[in-house]
Amino acid sequence: MFFDNYQPESFFDEMFSADGEVRAHYRGILGRMREMNIDTYNQKGQAVDLSFLRQGITFTVYGDDAGTEKVFPFDLMPRIIPASEWAFLERGLTQRIAALNLFLKDVYGAQRIIKEGVVPAEYILSGKHFCRETMGLSVPRDIYIHVCGTDLIRDDSGNYLVLEDNARCPSGVSYLLENRQAMKRAFPNFFPGAGVRSVENYPEALLKSLQYVAPQEKENPVCVLLTPGHFNSAYFEHCFLARQMGIEIVEGSDLVVRDFKVYMRTTNGLQQVDVIYRRIDDDFIDPSVFRPDSMLGVPGLVNALRAGNVNVANALGTGIADDKLIYAYVPDMIRFYLGEDPIIGQVETFFASKEEHLSHILENMEELVVKAANEAGGYGILIGPKASKAELSKFRDLVRADPRNFIAQPPIMLSRHPTWCGERFEGRHIDLRPYILSGEKTRIVPGGLTRVALNKGSLVVNSSQGGGSKDTWVLHSDG
Amino acid sequence: MLSRVADSLYWMSRYIERAENIARLLDVNLQLQLDFEEMDDDKLKEHWDPVIRAAGEENLFYEIYDRADARAVTDFLTFEPRNKHSVLTCILSARENARMIRDQISVEMWECLNQAYLFVKSNNAQQVWERGPYEFYKQIQDYSHLFLGLTDATFSHSEGFHFMQVGKFLERADKTSRILDFKYHILLPSLEDVGGAVDAIQWGAILRSCSAYEAYHRLFVSAVTPAKVHEFLIFDDHFPRSIKSCVRELDQNLHSISGCPPNKHSNQAERASGQILSDLKYGTIEEAIEFGLHEYLENLQKKFVEIGKAVYDTYMFHPRLDLATEIAAQQQQQQQIHSKLP
Repeated sequence: MFFDNYQPESFFDEMFSADGEVRAHYRGILGRMREMNIDTYNQKGQAVDLSFLRQGITFTVYGDDAGTEKVFPFDLMPRIIPASEWAFLERGLTQRIAALNLFLKDVYGAQRIIKEGVVPAEYILSGKHFCRETMGLSVPRDIYIHVCGTDLIRDDSGNYLVLEDNARCPSGVSYLLENRQAMKRAFPNFFPGAGVRSVENYPEALLKSLQYVAPQEKENPVCVLLTPGHFNSAYFEHCFLARQMGIEIVEGSDLVVRDFKVYMRTTNGLQQVDVIYRRIDDDFIDPSVFRPDSMLGVPGLVNALRAGNVNVANALGTGIADDKLIYAYVPDMIRFYLGEDPIIGQVETFFASKEEHLSHILENMEELVVKAANEAGGYGILIGPKASKAELSKFRDLVRADPRNFIAQPPIMLSRHPTWCGERFEGRHIDLRPYILSGEKTRIVPGGLTRVALNKGSLVVNSSQGGGSKDTWVLHSDG
Repeated sequence: MLSRVADSLYWMSRYIERAENIARLLDVNLQLQLDFEEMDDDKLKEHWDPVIRAAGEENLFYEIYDRADARAVTDFLTFEPRNKHSVLTCILSARENARMIRDQISVEMWECLNQAYLFVKSNNAQQVWERGPYEFYKQIQDYSHLFLGLTDATFSHSEGFHFMQVGKFLERADKTSRILDFKYHILLPSLEDVGGAVDAIQWGAILRSCSAYEAYHRLFVSAVTPAKVHEFLIFDDHFPRSIKSCVRELDQNLHSISGCPPNKHSNQAERASGQILSDLKYGTIEEAIEFGLHEYLENLQKKFVEIGKAVYDTYMFHPRLDLATEIAAQQQQQQQIHSKLP
């Protein structure tokens, strides 16, 4: 009934093969769905929305003076990943994060990768997020990216590709955890026997990662989460994680640096802090070093960091690793540092800063996706095939004016997933953001956040631009 | 505990208590009005002015409205966003404080305040008026009571809890004193002169505004007299909204925060609460009447303000860091390190 007229069309569909057969790992849920009718399904959807609102699981919408809080749209139909596919992704992501951490150690240290001609020096030095202030500074356990939110997509043959590495302050993990809670409440009967791997230990694993990187391998370090404050759009997530880990959530003004040590201001005076899980960008974190107009940061934090009295996660300067130009070199990095071939592929990338690529980009812009090298959240993107003449010509000018800041990629037709559209299921494009924790070992919470572009035909999954999310099930078996 | 967190716990608790008190005050006085036949403008003003005064913000009211009638006062004290003491503002502020420290309180407490917020936001004056205000104000009081119960049952009774208790009892003591002070301007020179059916109803309403009607009657079987009402709401040892009970709880919680033994004090807040407590312990209603009830209550209110300020100075206030000075000092330290390098 739900899927009677469902059309995979020419895309890779997660649930159905091209000839309309349901894939093995979706058979279980399809059986369960058949026991339900449309009214029940709609009621469950409304109940979940209401419960998100009641619990205040919302994000703040900027540019609205009423401080509007919105619920992140949630689609009840889960995305399912079979065990062998997940094992492959786990291997690939572990390899990738290892290379990225080695790259950061190298780039802020010996710079072998530049000297041996693998990555051109100018691409690194001109990177907006390259942090000169931490040059030569080593970090505990050589871990720079403690939390990575790598975005994965699937092309029209179903191959997984890395779209970008979010190595600064990736957000969204609380939605992953809350989505699972919501699913368990809405469909308590689905779970027993479905063989779905639990996601619950993420906060515990994150805390372990933070404790592991305490300065001077200190035991029982004091960890805190540094937030820009309750007006930040991700404040719910900051509170959620701090509460689950049982650590304090602090704002910049709660911290003070004295004698190269960081302290928080408590009802009993000052208390020293060892590890800061920061959800503030580099630019704002220490106004004595970076932007002096930042009201969110802690003056002297970098001094304390240099003195080895505190550690921050993620490290300063990780942004150079998720620069979209550097992204193109990650396969080379994997070969260079690990002597291995990349396990997960990625999207072919053209550089506007290379003469021969630039003309290709300008001539074929209507067939390419053009991206600013240092933007996130779906901003600064042009999708050529969908762009108007005016947009194309605006982007041509932008690219010509600042070639270093632009790359172009062939558009990937993201895989689609059945998604509830009020009366029936229709295919909508999705991606996947797994959360990778580096610590004593690399831990990846099974699955990740599946984001879905709710607007018909849209390829943009960001919550700021009409995206929603789904629960992601990694199975113990292949279904 | 972070000073900022202590501050938010204290205000979260104060605001929800305040919302409850205002809701009850409005509820009782709306019903009371029904007992009187037609009221002219003067009578109306006489009826509603004390209500506005008890909740604060008298001047603002007359900036917005020409005359005090039931509708205007209800709107003002329930939904007016400019009024810092409206139910809406209080619930909003309680919830906003809770949101800032959501990681510190239990999920149940947060969801309770969030629901109260969604409830108030989904209503407006027109609807409340049409459907009957009783249900609305009852619901607000219920949320407050639910919150008190959840706090007691799901939140550790440690430092943060004591800050919440301090906020709650300070607010409650203050509101009881203000509600009692309601009628001072129409009180006759001697308390014994007051009598008659109208006064009995008025004083009954004051008891109801403090949820004290039943408790009072259990103690004093006789009719409601102004002196007895004052005695009960100021000096009673057992009623949880009497000023003495509130101050005793306040004093205990202040000592729990500092760890200072009872009957001693380690800061200005404890000294002030100890002082009022002994006045209330050894004082009598006769002395208060002698002194002048209005002045007596006003003195108490001043002390409550003083305690609130002392709590802030002791636990929550850190000298504001001047960002420019901090930045300069840190940059200087950087320079020193660089100059020491070979």
